[in-house]
Amino acid sequence: MKINFKKLTKSKTLKRGLFSVALFFILWELSAKFKVPVIGAVPAPTEVLACLRREFFDAYYWYSWGTSLMRITTGFIIAQLLGVPLGLLLGFSQKTRQTIFPLIEIMRPVPPLAWVPVSVVFWPSAEMSMIFVTFLGAFFTVVLNIVEGIDAIDVRFLRAASSLGARRKDIFWHVMLPASLPSVLVGMTVGMGITWCVVVAAEMIATNTGLGYLTWRGYVAGEFPLIVVGMLSIGLAGYLSSGIIRRIGRRFTPWLTGQ
Amino acid sequence: MTYSTGGLLEARSLTKTYSSGSGSREVLKDLCLTLEKNLLTVVMGPSGCGKSTLINLLAGYEEPSGGRIYLDHKQVTGPGPDRLVVFQETALFPWLTTFENVAYGPKIRGEMKGPRLEKAIMDLLRVVGLNDFRDKYPSQLSGGMQRRAELVRALVNRPKVMLLDEPFRGLDALTRSLMRDYYLELFEKHRGTNLFVTSELDEALLLADRLVIITNRPARVKKTLTVSLPRPRTIDISSWPEYLALKSEALELLHEEAVKNFKAGAVNAADFVGAYASLG
Repeated sequence: MKINFKKLTKSKTLKRGLFSVALFFILWELSAKFKVPVIGAVPAPTEVLACLRREFFDAYYWYSWGTSLMRITTGFIIAQLLGVPLGLLLGFSQKTRQTIFPLIEIMRPVPPLAWVPVSVVFWPSAEMSMIFVTFLGAFFTVVLNIVEGIDAIDVRFLRAASSLGARRKDIFWHVMLPASLPSVLVGMTVGMGITWCVVVAAEMIATNTGLGYLTWRGYVAGEFPLIVVGMLSIGLAGYLSSGIIRRIGRRFTPWLTGQ
Repeated sequence: MTYSTGGLLEARSLTKTYSSGSGSREVLKDLCLTLEKNLLTVVMGPSGCGKSTLINLLAGYEEPSGGRIYLDHKQVTGPGPDRLVVFQETALFPWLTTFENVAYGPKIRGEMKGPRLEKAIMDLLRVVGLNDFRDKYPSQLSGGMQRRAELVRALVNRPKVMLLDEPFRGLDALTRSLMRDYYLELFEKHRGTNLFVTSELDEALLLADRLVIITNRPARVKKTLTVSLPRPRTIDISSWPEYLALKSEALELLHEEAVKNFKAGAVNAADFVGAYASLG
């Protein structure tokens, strides 16, 4: 009975969602057809669909996906490999924090995109510079989220653990790590979003591959449906990669989802 | 299995002063308290009188500014599994299941493992009716279940002293009285030296061997009442003449302190109003 009810609400939610999406596409098509000022200049969904069908069988389109994904994955993974331990260290040791945090606070407010020109200059290849800015986008987010997560740990957990006989290293592995895991995952999800922003912009500036460049090429070549295809592809790619992180995250934090 | 491993905990002229930039605040002053072996001592006092600070000092979470704490005549500093705390609200680890939470202490100290540990835990979980919830996370338990799991998590370590800081606070009245019965059953079965902080007089009298009334800040012991009502106790004893006599004596003592607390509050309030008025 309960499951049926749940399914019903779920399908209703789905219907409502689909309704707004369908309405959006209809209005878009109509405004293109009747040349509504400003928005009418955007290619109609039917044109975009035709372009998408063409691109779908074009190897270059998939190559763009591949290169962007490669940059994202590399930058993101390096950011986690360096950022997670650093965040934990800063959260755990006050001395390290007092030493390193000021440096981070100076670097952090500089938007990752502002790093593009300088990184193009000092990295030997455009590829490296793009991976570097992608890395930056995810790095600070993950570090700060972990530090905040550790600071927010209820002191009673630390006290309970130490009363029960946990030593400093036990407290690190058994309390600080699991207690900060939810904020690590939030940091990763947000970081992934930033990573896509950064890589798209970097690709438009610094290279001639990737989904960002695909979109830019549409603009340069006056192939407007391609711009929209590029935008949609980037949106989809961002959605999928955040989804993967959430999925992995749920596996590591079963206590947050179980009911 | 019994847990009659109680110890003698003595606090000798404990003083705790918090100093901040503008001045210092004396929370405890020369507080002397003895928790006798295998007795249940209940501490009551006006709100904000420093009961939680007392628990934090006894547990070793905070350093006293003066005085010493002895367990079985040996001085203790810092936290340890010989003095376990059952916290206000709950401090179960959210990322561990009920069973894993209870098993944490023995496991981390490497004292008990395998089937013996499993049996010890399951026996205790059965007493508090949580055996079917062993693999649930704390967020999947009700408030009352969480408190029971927390009691068991402390008890499984056979602490010499259990320090319970208003452990049933925030529960509804019915759950609270059920929790009290669970706790009484556990205590009467296993004994051990217990310190129980509460603000409910009936709860205090139903539980206590000794009832300690604490003064308004700075806290010290105002009076210790001996509650020699027979065990096992049920709610019926609350109509006995001995019970009622104790209750009125305790009420009077508490009332005196509450009035002082209130007056101190009133003085502060008057100061505040004065200061506010002078701001124009």
